[in-house]
Amino acid sequence: MQTKHRWSGVLAGIAAASALALTSLTAAQANDPIRIAYIEPLSGPFANVGDAGLKHFRFAADRLNAEGGIMGRDVEIVPMDNSQSPSESAQLVQRSADQGIPFVTQGNGSNVAGAIIEAVNRNNRRNPDNRVLYLNYAAVDPALTNERCSFWHFRFDAESRIKIEALTNYMQERDDIEKVYFLNQDYSHGHVIEETGQEMIREKMPDVEIVGTQLHPIGQVRDFAPYVSRIRQSGADSVITGNWGNDLSLLVRASQDAGLDVNFFTYYGGGLGVPAAVGQAGIDKVSQITEWHANVNVDEGHEDYKTWVEDFKERYPDIDWYYHRVYNQMYMLKAAIEEAGTTDAEAVANALSGMEFESHTGTVTMRADDHQLIQPLYISIMDGDVEYDVENTGVGFRTLSKISAEEATLPTSCEMQRP
Amino acid sequence: MLETITFSLLNGLLYGMLLFMLSSGLTLIFGMMGVLNFAHASFYMLGAYFAYTMGLYTGFWVALFLAPVIVGLLGAVVERYGLRQVHQHGHVPELLFTFGLAYVIEELVRLFWGNVPMNYRVPEALDFPLFSLFGTNYPAFRVFVLVVAIAMFVGLYLLLKRTRAGLIIQASLSRPDMVSALGHNVPQVFMWVFAFGTGLAALGGVVGGIQLVTEPGMAFMMGPIVFVVVVVGGLGSIQGALIASILIGVLQTFALSVDWSLANVGILFGYAVPPDSIFATLWYMDSTRIAPILPYLLLVLMLIFRPRGLMGKRES
Amino acid sequence: MSASQTKSASSARPSAGTLVQHTWPWLAAVAVALVLPLIFTSSHALTMMSHMGVMIIFALSYNMLLGNTGLLSFGHAVYFGLGGYMAMHMLRYIEATGFGMPLELVPLVGAAGGLLFGLIFGSVSTRRAGVVFAMISLGIGEMVSASSLMFTGFFGGEAGLFGNREAPTSLFGIDYGPGIAVYYLVVAWALIAAVLIFMLRKTPLGWMANAVRDNPERAQFVGYNPVMVRFVQFVLSATFAGLAGGLFIIADEIITDETVGMIQSGIVLLSAYIGGIGVFIGPVIGAILVVFLESELSSVTDAWLLYFGLLFVGVVMFAPQGLAGLGFQWFAALRSGDWGGSMLARGYAAGTLLVALVGLVAVIEMAYHIFRHWNPQEPMTLFLVTFNATNALPWVLAFGVIAAAIAVYVVHARPMLKQAAGRKEGQA
Repeated sequence: MQTKHRWSGVLAGIAAASALALTSLTAAQANDPIRIAYIEPLSGPFANVGDAGLKHFRFAADRLNAEGGIMGRDVEIVPMDNSQSPSESAQLVQRSADQGIPFVTQGNGSNVAGAIIEAVNRNNRRNPDNRVLYLNYAAVDPALTNERCSFWHFRFDAESRIKIEALTNYMQERDDIEKVYFLNQDYSHGHVIEETGQEMIREKMPDVEIVGTQLHPIGQVRDFAPYVSRIRQSGADSVITGNWGNDLSLLVRASQDAGLDVNFFTYYGGGLGVPAAVGQAGIDKVSQITEWHANVNVDEGHEDYKTWVEDFKERYPDIDWYYHRVYNQMYMLKAAIEEAGTTDAEAVANALSGMEFESHTGTVTMRADDHQLIQPLYISIMDGDVEYDVENTGVGFRTLSKISAEEATLPTSCEMQRP
Repeated sequence: MLETITFSLLNGLLYGMLLFMLSSGLTLIFGMMGVLNFAHASFYMLGAYFAYTMGLYTGFWVALFLAPVIVGLLGAVVERYGLRQVHQHGHVPELLFTFGLAYVIEELVRLFWGNVPMNYRVPEALDFPLFSLFGTNYPAFRVFVLVVAIAMFVGLYLLLKRTRAGLIIQASLSRPDMVSALGHNVPQVFMWVFAFGTGLAALGGVVGGIQLVTEPGMAFMMGPIVFVVVVVGGLGSIQGALIASILIGVLQTFALSVDWSLANVGILFGYAVPPDSIFATLWYMDSTRIAPILPYLLLVLMLIFRPRGLMGKRES
Repeated sequence: MSASQTKSASSARPSAGTLVQHTWPWLAAVAVALVLPLIFTSSHALTMMSHMGVMIIFALSYNMLLGNTGLLSFGHAVYFGLGGYMAMHMLRYIEATGFGMPLELVPLVGAAGGLLFGLIFGSVSTRRAGVVFAMISLGIGEMVSASSLMFTGFFGGEAGLFGNREAPTSLFGIDYGPGIAVYYLVVAWALIAAVLIFMLRKTPLGWMANAVRDNPERAQFVGYNPVMVRFVQFVLSATFAGLAGGLFIIADEIITDETVGMIQSGIVLLSAYIGGIGVFIGPVIGAILVVFLESELSSVTDAWLLYFGLLFVGVVMFAPQGLAGLGFQWFAALRSGDWGGSMLARGYAAGTLLVALVGLVAVIEMAYHIFRHWNPQEPMTLFLVTFNATNALPWVLAFGVIAAAIAVYVVHARPMLKQAAGRKEGQA
């Protein structure tokens, strides 16, 4: 066996050398489009989420291109199907690097995000000529900009604890909230909300009682009636939940069936499929915390952004423009590339780091310490009488409170390794 | 406490009855033809989607009857032109055929109906709270699901025990060669049983799609648990399937409704595992977190100690 | 399990004279494996080929159950995944403490993990064969994959565990950073595993496994306990699956709960079956094909899962002996001279079906364009032709091609094929 190993060592050397020679020949040309690899589930049970995100990115890219692209080059979104699998995603990062795609974007699932950060770090260490930047538009695990922060990772959504911070700042002003219940999915996302949420409520609102906490298996509960009857028995008036997708719509529907009257403070009440499934049941009950919602355009009079939203709806009648962060991300990337004058990952990362950008909702800042976007947040509640409804239900969101960027922020523990 | 028990029983019963509707067809198919039909839950999904789409034009009540019939006919076609071809090669190819079929059906559903959950709602006639217990409403539709499931069980039972067709089916379950020798066309019996079984699953889908969610992932979610019901209940036994369904429904609901862990049992005996030992995670694990594995634990234990299931007459 | 009986390994023991004859397929396989990375040099291709190697071991280990012993498992990924986790914990331990185990031997930790869990779960599941075994394996598979989110200490939660393959030393001083080095490591281990699994088939244990598969009563009668034979085969199979898992974490440097999941269990079953469980090389071919399709088809067409499903249904219906089995059949027919008369008929029949397939692909692609594209009016390109899928003409054309091809097959090609086959039987 020993000779075989020596053999393979020699061959490995030869092959590695030739591989390097070949890849360096395939460097990108100046007039090629600027490509962004979109790594999301495009098949399987989560395909609807990946599909909706892809529509957002494609729409934004078409807009950018119609305005002349970035430095005269078009933007192209390259969809890659990761089937919501972390290890598949790590391979797709490698494929992007192989194809000379300098940017990858992803958002669904902090576990996938963690794998991508790991893969990007590894690739950028092993292939310094072919580096990749990771633009995260939705994965909210705090660790990604704290313990596990990376120079190559930029987060455009507010991290989970910042959302809780903003939410509890708002709840503090309400005097009708006395008993709070936490119901969350049993994985890191849910754990963070449960732990941080309790901590912050105890600190800011000592007179509010936490009447129950509960974790449930993610994506497996078909009937939430047992959970609803537990919430009812606890006497809670408000439920804080980070649930998304079916886990949220089933919860709200079950509570409507049972006649349970509580406030739902959610992360993803406006998330894909939830409004359609919840419908009228959510009116004046389901609140969400987001960086934007369509009726902000009405309240604050953003006429051109209104057109953007309406054009999107015209193109994709089934869904609505939801990810304002995709707008932020694409235009901030454009600004960064133009500032750097190149798509080289390190130069663009340096330009993005600390960048201030005038978004529709106000000034947003990509904090240099941890690459977390600091932005204003909105608490909004489902309402049947608003200009823009969601998912053709006749129900939309009405702002309860706007939390300024200064209030929607938390310190970071990130010790960033810069190249 | 009484409140918890009442609601757990009611909710468990309802979930169990939905499971029964889904799996009663499979227990016939599995018991009779030995086919581990992985696509069974896909027919359940088709039932929900067909009923939703039909309901837009004809209303819910017509769809309630029409959708299962159409899905049943589809099942007959699948048996006649698919399974029967594969049958001669043995059980593994049969199973793989249904495996592939499940993929194909899911993809076609995604293609025609899209990835987003359907807005499939309780029909207006049933959209009201029927009664109120301990201050919690109990919706009429849930009771309707129970009624449909019970009617289905009674109908099936009478069909199998009291009619000539039922006799032939029961005979084909145990002695296909004898039935064939008596001049009955066994392949044809198989085909109609398959059609009937898939139709039953579709009926489960028509009401289950409302009670749960109608989306392309629904078949994948329900797939394995249906096997648990069939195996635990015993092959070919409708009563067994009913008992197993309710057992699993109630078991899972109770595990969710009470905070309980092995540590609670330990305390009764004055024993506790130190929190830093490697078994501590298991020892202090909440029953709510264990709930999803309970059906499979039941499956494995049943197969180890009583492979013919609760009511089965023979081993598979 | 009659399909597994269709063909068992040829029984001749290699004598010195036939050594060359028996080793040339192995040498050819090694040569191909060594040359491939010189042709496909991108690191993505290297990862894919490493995965193929891992999957080959995994599928071969699966076939020790299904093909050799007649045990249909729905939970084989349990041993693959748990082996992988054990190896990952070792890799992390090495990284944290500088423990001196070289990377080349880390897969053995995976194998030990597979062995350990194979002993535990095998003891409760191999007492019976058939559906009982299959259902127990399903239950264990579901339980382990559900536990993976409960025991976050071992499984790392939904984020999984990461490791760095450059941390351990190497026996041969190789730097395992580049994918190419890992690829050759996988090739070396795959070769060792394949030879071992192949030789196991030739031992008394291998013969008895076949006997237990075909007729457990008779096997018992000649003095072998079928339960014991099944158990030993099961444990060995789990060990090789664990080895594959150990290699997998070296290639990917990440492991998540999906490795113990039902989808992974399904994939290995499909790989082995598609390739053919009756011949040794079947799972190898199946593993290569499935990994390739999984990795490449999705970037070519949106409809890839549909094609995937249709492929399986097609193979099960029309080539239940698997692709390799089919190839061997044809090869045997060719060699024995039976082929000549029906060659034309077969080619003709295959040709008509191929034309129907082209029509089917056109229909599927057009349907996906209409339903999935945000603007179905936009022209699409298929088979080098650009057209508008909202027009009726392409649809009429595609369906027409399918109908015509199937009609020709049913009316003319199939009778001709049957006639040729009938003639052959008449001669025999």
